Amino acid sequence: MSFDFLQDKDRIFTNVYGFQDAGLKAAQKRGDWDKTKDIIKRGNEAIIEEMKASGLRGRGGAGFPTGLKWSFMPKEAPKDKNGNPRPSFLVINADESEPGSCKDREILRHDPHKLIEGALIAGFAMRARAAYIYIRGEYIQEARVMEAAVAEAYDAGLLGKNAAKSGYDFDVFVHRGAGAYICGEETAMIESLEGKKGQPRLKPPFPAGAGLYGCPTTVNNVESIAVVPTILRRGASWFKSFGRENNHGTKLFQISGHVEKPCVVEEAMSIPFKDMIEKHCGGVTGGWDNLLAVIPGGSSVPLVPAAQIMDAPMDFDGLRDLGSGLGTAAVIVMDKSTDIVRAISRLSYFYKHESCGQCTPCREGTGWMWRVMEKMRDGNAEIEDIDTLYEVTKQVEGHTICALGDAAAWPIQGLIRHFRPEMERRINERKGSDSLPETMEAAE
Amino acid sequence: MPKLTVDGIELEVPQGATVLQAAELAGREIPRFCYHERLSIAGNCRMCLVEVKPGPPKPQASCALPAMEGQEIRTDSAMVKKAREGVMEFLLINHPLDCPICDQGGECDLQDQAMAYGKGGSRYEENKRAVTEKYMGPIVKTVMTRCIHCTRCVRFSEEVAGVETIGAVGRGENMQITSYLEEAVNSELSGNVVDLCPVGALTSKPYAFEARPWELKNTLGIDVMDAVGSNVRFDARGREVLRILPRINDDVNEEWISDKTRHAVDGLMKRRLDKVYIRKDGKLAEASWSEAFTAIKAVDAGDSVAAIAGDMVDCETLYAAKALLASMGSNMLEGRQTGLDYDTSSLSAVNYNTGIARTEEADVILLIGTNVRWEAPLVNTRIRKAIKNGAKVFAIGEEVDLTYRAEWLGNDAGLIAKLPKAAADALKNAQKPMLIMGGGALGVKGAHGDALALVKKYKLVRDDWNGFNVLHMAASRMGGLMLGYAQKGGVKDIIKAKPKLAFFLGADEADFTQFGDSLKVYIGHHGDKGAHAADIILPAAAYTEKNGTYVNLEGRVQRSNKAVYAPGDAREDWSILRALSDVLGHKLPFDDFAACRAAMVAELPALGVEGVADYGWEVPKLDTAAKGKIAYPIKDFYLTNAVTRASETMNRCSAELIHGEEILEAAE
Repeated sequence: MSFDFLQDKDRIFTNVYGFQDAGLKAAQKRGDWDKTKDIIKRGNEAIIEEMKASGLRGRGGAGFPTGLKWSFMPKEAPKDKNGNPRPSFLVINADESEPGSCKDREILRHDPHKLIEGALIAGFAMRARAAYIYIRGEYIQEARVMEAAVAEAYDAGLLGKNAAKSGYDFDVFVHRGAGAYICGEETAMIESLEGKKGQPRLKPPFPAGAGLYGCPTTVNNVESIAVVPTILRRGASWFKSFGRENNHGTKLFQISGHVEKPCVVEEAMSIPFKDMIEKHCGGVTGGWDNLLAVIPGGSSVPLVPAAQIMDAPMDFDGLRDLGSGLGTAAVIVMDKSTDIVRAISRLSYFYKHESCGQCTPCREGTGWMWRVMEKMRDGNAEIEDIDTLYEVTKQVEGHTICALGDAAAWPIQGLIRHFRPEMERRINERKGSDSLPETMEAAE
Repeated sequence: MPKLTVDGIELEVPQGATVLQAAELAGREIPRFCYHERLSIAGNCRMCLVEVKPGPPKPQASCALPAMEGQEIRTDSAMVKKAREGVMEFLLINHPLDCPICDQGGECDLQDQAMAYGKGGSRYEENKRAVTEKYMGPIVKTVMTRCIHCTRCVRFSEEVAGVETIGAVGRGENMQITSYLEEAVNSELSGNVVDLCPVGALTSKPYAFEARPWELKNTLGIDVMDAVGSNVRFDARGREVLRILPRINDDVNEEWISDKTRHAVDGLMKRRLDKVYIRKDGKLAEASWSEAFTAIKAVDAGDSVAAIAGDMVDCETLYAAKALLASMGSNMLEGRQTGLDYDTSSLSAVNYNTGIARTEEADVILLIGTNVRWEAPLVNTRIRKAIKNGAKVFAIGEEVDLTYRAEWLGNDAGLIAKLPKAAADALKNAQKPMLIMGGGALGVKGAHGDALALVKKYKLVRDDWNGFNVLHMAASRMGGLMLGYAQKGGVKDIIKAKPKLAFFLGADEADFTQFGDSLKVYIGHHGDKGAHAADIILPAAAYTEKNGTYVNLEGRVQRSNKAVYAPGDAREDWSILRALSDVLGHKLPFDDFAACRAAMVAELPALGVEGVADYGWEVPKLDTAAKGKIAYPIKDFYLTNAVTRASETMNRCSAELIHGEEILEAAE
């Protein structure tokens, strides 16, 4: 194996498995909150420049450069109707609901102070008045740990007025969602924070112009914010030393499915798939010949068949070249015992269930796609239906307000692209048999 | 002014325009369902997708995209065609194919756009969604399976009507539009959601299965249910007006009408006076026109004759009666039947001077004794707009729900002269202060004078702004005042004069017992209070059955057209008065409607020009120091005149929405 695995000294998340305490004292022993004041002293611009130089790309899935995103925030506070300056806000997306993703959860419950310190620094850099941490409703224990950690930080003077003696006033609020996947979309999250129904907003205006309560807002993923203090302590060049060009840094990978030891592990970006599975997961169940396909970035990216993924570098560009994506780096491994059509159909059901219903293509399309997928499962269809299904996914993709439509379409497109023969086989086989189908009906 | 191209056509569009508006300026039609000019942008139907460069390589929702310098917009590319077909297919997969039994048929956006932009066939083979009906009150019928979730109704009720009773619950394909608790939609504007609904999900309950749009003859008319003078369209089949719809007039009613305007229409076929009656031995008996005229002549009234006008009478009728009385030597004319006697020496002091449309510009509004929501719902929507622009509202009177936050100062007319500090300061500092005085306040002695005193105190009248307003409730009021239908002491003066002959022109709200000795001749169209008290009934035409001129509360002269003929022996009012004048020996100098109107205009040229009449600005010297409680004159929004009282729909609305009665439905 040729790959340079990440060494322990270079790990950012040193308590990802919760072997140590999550509290403030333990966190400080691990190096958190160390000279935060000095980092803030560097000034807004210096911090943003350092972040840009580090090459950090957003860890929530889209991979937009984090430093660049912060630089969109206004340097002068915009004025409201009466001439009073409007505050800016940082919203931290902890609504981790993508099937397969489970990295934010480990940060929230085992390393909450990394996130809080990151919130303060990031909030300062983008001139935000406060940060809202929007935690997924089902993460009950995580929310409790987070709330306790925030209280600890306030008690220690690390938040509030003159946070961490930096001279900057900053508040952090923990907000619990109510269990809707769509609230992980940034504008839907803002709506939900405002107390409205979680439905994505039209863009433009973008949140950096008019977000939470109409004020400039940046929405960042938990991991993107939690790595900030370490990057600033160890320097942009250190972070940049990992991974390929344009795909730098370390990343929490979450490997689930048919591997010997599923796990969440911090690794350097661009690690080849095979090396990662061998080193951290004890290999694929039944050996490498038994690998069928991999969904490399959470449920919304298209699957990649075994042959193509084997040596692929696990990063944004490497997986994009395979027609898929890194997403949240939630790697779902499927061996040959998997009913691949059923697996994708289950994802279609998820998207049908989680569509907010606001815009037409997604509201109507997700249901239609799932119903056809259910027919595909046992081949209760015609060959032409595969083409119709593909066209429907194309009619949804790119026609919706938010990206949920795309996310619902891509897994099916991936399936058809790589497993069309399997789908045709089922249809042809069924035509030969006369057994009755067992089809799932939508719950009414 | 950004310059851009639409399908290769170069043009300049106003700053702040959307791509959709730019395309329309270039003469390109953009299909849409959720977008509506007067509502906020939702961008959810995705029907208006167009191709825009520069931008991402996917179609963009043109309704929500700002037009920018140098944009290349394409509405005719393959991408756009495909996007429209795709969206249309999605809209139709769960839409029932029940067009033959759908009331929207023939005026359905979905039908029309499916023809223009859809694919020929369907590829959807799964079961369609079915949605349970929702109860939305006596006006709105729901067939929610047809709903395409455009949310126009939701946005209308929140933004325009100001009642948050319609919303969307559930998500994904299970999202449903509902009146949350299945309560009646408690708004006097609820009927407008039927117009807004692009499909047959919300249709008119009283009009259900009545007619198809292509069977109807459309006539442009003016509404007489309140003094706003909403521009409407009478849709008639045969001799019956089946429905009334709003016409767009941005100066008056924008695109909305109240439920009363819309649905009192069924009252026009009920309790109609279609024969002449004469009271014999205390009972009304059928008679002929000549018998009635002879009976009137027999009184030999001389100049002891009076005319009292009702609330819905057109100017031509008022003029004909005035001319008849004048030729008999009398000017005992009065339109304020209930006894109001405010000063009318300057019409500007009793006019809505700001103008309905410019109400939106006000930044501080003081309401004095007016329940605007009931007295003029479409002025209320303008006040809501003003509030949206940042206006503050103070109100004197009994607290009512106006659909917005008003600061209630108390129910005491004495407050007008002694405004609390908050209101006084706000008015003092306002750029465009406004005062609206209702009919309730006009009835309190001294209140009119107190209010006029505020004009100077708070500079309500300044350059290009007149903030003094009186809000009338009768469609005939301003026209009547222009034609001199006002005695100094109001109707009391006439009662005191004990006229031998009294004409009641559609007047139903007067106290008829006071006219004991007069021969009471009722010229009107409904068998209501006026007819019950009358000695002679001469059947006349309702507002849909005659041409007429009306002057609304802001002095706007508008013309309404005849949609159908009056029933039975009923005749147009002016012609009754003309025929009678002949018998009485005072023949009026006109033989047709045009001549009647011409004579009226000759006497009062302002009535000949459509548009706002100029009353100048003059403040009369009036008594001040009002005190005491102010009562609102309208006790029941749905039952304010003879037509509404005869209307089954209005009675139903009143019972359910005002009196909270459960309406029994037939067992299904």
